[in-house]
Amino acid sequence: MKFISINRRMLALLAVVVPLLALLIYVALRSGPLAPIPVTATTVESRSIAPALFGIGTVEARFTYRIGPTVAGRIKRVEVQVGEMVQAGQLLGEMDPVDLDNRIAAQDAALKRSGSVVLAAEAQVRETLARKSYAENQASRYEQLLKVRAVSEEAVEGKLQERQVTEASFAAARANLDAASQETARIHAERGGLIQQRANLRLIAPVRGLVAARNADPGTTVVAGQSVVEVIDPASLWINVRFDQLHVSGLRTGLPVQIVLRSQEGIRFAGRVLRVEPMADAVTEETLAKVIFDELPKRLPPIGELAEVTVAMSALPETPVLPNASVQRVAGRLGVWLIEEDKLRFAPIKVGATDLDGRVQIIEGIKAGERVVVYSQRALGPRSRVKIVERLEGVSP
Amino acid sequence: MISLAGRDILHSWGKFVFTGVGLGLLIGVTLTMAGVYRGMVDDAKVLLDNSGADLWVVQQDTLGPYAEPSSLYDDVYRTIRGMPGVDRAANITYLTMQVRQGERDVRAMVVGVVPGGPGEPGQPGYLIAGRQITRSHYEAVADVATGFKLGERIQIRRNHYAVVGLTRRMVSSGGDPMVFIPLKDAQEAQFLKDNDAIAQQRRRTAGNPAFNRPGTPGLLDAVLASQSINPYINSVLVQVKPGFSPEEVAKPIRRWKRLQVYTRVQMEEILIGKLIATAAKQIGMFLVILAIVSAAIVAFIIYTLTLGKIREIAVLKLIGTRNRTIAGMIMQQALGLGLIGFVVGKISATFWAPIFPKYVLLEPGDALLGFAGVFVICALASVLAIRAALKVDPAEAIGG
Repeated sequence: MKFISINRRMLALLAVVVPLLALLIYVALRSGPLAPIPVTATTVESRSIAPALFGIGTVEARFTYRIGPTVAGRIKRVEVQVGEMVQAGQLLGEMDPVDLDNRIAAQDAALKRSGSVVLAAEAQVRETLARKSYAENQASRYEQLLKVRAVSEEAVEGKLQERQVTEASFAAARANLDAASQETARIHAERGGLIQQRANLRLIAPVRGLVAARNADPGTTVVAGQSVVEVIDPASLWINVRFDQLHVSGLRTGLPVQIVLRSQEGIRFAGRVLRVEPMADAVTEETLAKVIFDELPKRLPPIGELAEVTVAMSALPETPVLPNASVQRVAGRLGVWLIEEDKLRFAPIKVGATDLDGRVQIIEGIKAGERVVVYSQRALGPRSRVKIVERLEGVSP
Repeated sequence: MISLAGRDILHSWGKFVFTGVGLGLLIGVTLTMAGVYRGMVDDAKVLLDNSGADLWVVQQDTLGPYAEPSSLYDDVYRTIRGMPGVDRAANITYLTMQVRQGERDVRAMVVGVVPGGPGEPGQPGYLIAGRQITRSHYEAVADVATGFKLGERIQIRRNHYAVVGLTRRMVSSGGDPMVFIPLKDAQEAQFLKDNDAIAQQRRRTAGNPAFNRPGTPGLLDAVLASQSINPYINSVLVQVKPGFSPEEVAKPIRRWKRLQVYTRVQMEEILIGKLIATAAKQIGMFLVILAIVSAAIVAFIIYTLTLGKIREIAVLKLIGTRNRTIAGMIMQQALGLGLIGFVVGKISATFWAPIFPKYVLLEPGDALLGFAGVFVICALASVLAIRAALKVDPAEAIGG
């Protein structure tokens, strides 16, 4: 009886202790350095990849017309508001002419006055002409009378001198007339200049376009060259894209692109590379390119909006291809962990182009069909024990 | 020969086992505390391992980039790349901040890496899902501890990033999970002010007559543009060419580029000796006290267990049991208790360690040390109990 009760107790004790020991062994083998590292594996496949290039740019207008005065002055009026469409030749605003109108009036008066001066000079010419022809007649008459000795030599000399005087005053009157005409022409030209200056104060749209900015309002003083109104050509929108220089080989004019505007995230606009700028940005280490829309969005994006541009490059010939997560650098060498009969071997490789989905071309080092570790729970070493699983812990399907 | 200890344990096995389990939980806490300490140190080491660098080039006279802020111009790496013995050099930025995802936000260390392809310095060494960053903007690889999932959109400052890869054990020295994003975005996140601040700054600059002169129309724009540049990084990570020692490569950079360069050994010293020193000492102090308290509790339990059996021991003495047998019984019981305690402690520590928000590293060496410690303490404690037991007057068995 007693024997049985002891046994029953012993069983109870064993029932507690044995599972505890089993659990300890399980724990020791499943965690810590003795546990195998869960990894996922993939088979190297031979396929062609189409690399793509990703860049960020801003929407810009190809042509921006900054319209402002050519001389410093105060703005009298601005006729347009931002967002309005304007036609070529349309008046956008006007600068204050200050005294320009008065100066034109003064020139008008001066012109009239010089007209009178011309008339007076003409009259003087006629007068001197009359006196000259009378003096000439008198002189020739006295010369004939002298031949028949009807007058004294002195009287003839007097007439001759009179003729010379009238000739000189005629020449002076002619010169006066010339000067008066020249003066008229000068005043005329000056007046024309002032009128042109006056016209220059009118701010005229050079092309049909959209008013993008109105930088100053009436009453503001602006200097020469400062823009009052900015007009853009909405049909000429393009995207100034910046690509990291690391991957830009192969970027060229005409490649198709996909454009995503920051404001319209779900929509992809088609476009193409218009040109790759010959000047790269040396500071930011980026290559610049201009990208245009195949068809402009119905609602035009504002100038300066951020856009993501993905350039599709042409597909490359088939090579062994791996996900970039499988490529690691161990002891300074780039390579992958090959799985050979449940053992790991680090195979150094040379990589080629990558695409945006993370596939890497393997130029050298492994062949299609080999098994390679992609993801691992911990960093791997050549002596790591691994367990190949479908998906690692903590990663949702 | 019958085992007195075994008989006694069987006699009251429930009490014995439950005492052992209680003791085990206490040992479990001590082991976990040791794990927390090891985890802290490991966090610091793993940070250095993950960066994949042999040298850290930082601002002169700083202990950057982890222990102190350091900022360098982002074109410094070009000159460093040309130094003898340098195989690869890459810019990197670190910024600990809240990363938003939907409604919640996660404290994370945002690391800006050059998306130059796998194996470049600074890139996460291995992934557990997804892929490495391929675009030069708006992609992120996050540590799985952030709770982010593949394909989710996360927000850092004003930009949104798609999570394209997940990694594991990529943490800062403070244990915050890392989020890797392309360098240019990270520079922007680190040095760009928020939109309100930018707008206010523009207004302030525009209000300053020195910058907004009527006679110089382009000046204000130029000043504003110069205010929003961010050509800074925190450190340049350098991998040295095979055949060069890190110190050999570091020397000319220190001397000729007038920058501070740390090797792996120096960096570890900075991180463990300076950055986490106080926190680690705090935990270490707690661990020491916990170990002493645990030892005391184990000793008292064994002592009281023995005192509880004092009448039975007196009977044993009365019937002429030898002292050696009685001492052996008490010693065996104490060691048995220690064994159960250690097993329960190890198991419980292993099971609750992953639940901790920060990494708890249970090292087998620590477990072995704990095992030996428990046995030594049990043996010492049983000596006290044995002394008490041997002093018992056999007459007590009758007198009571």
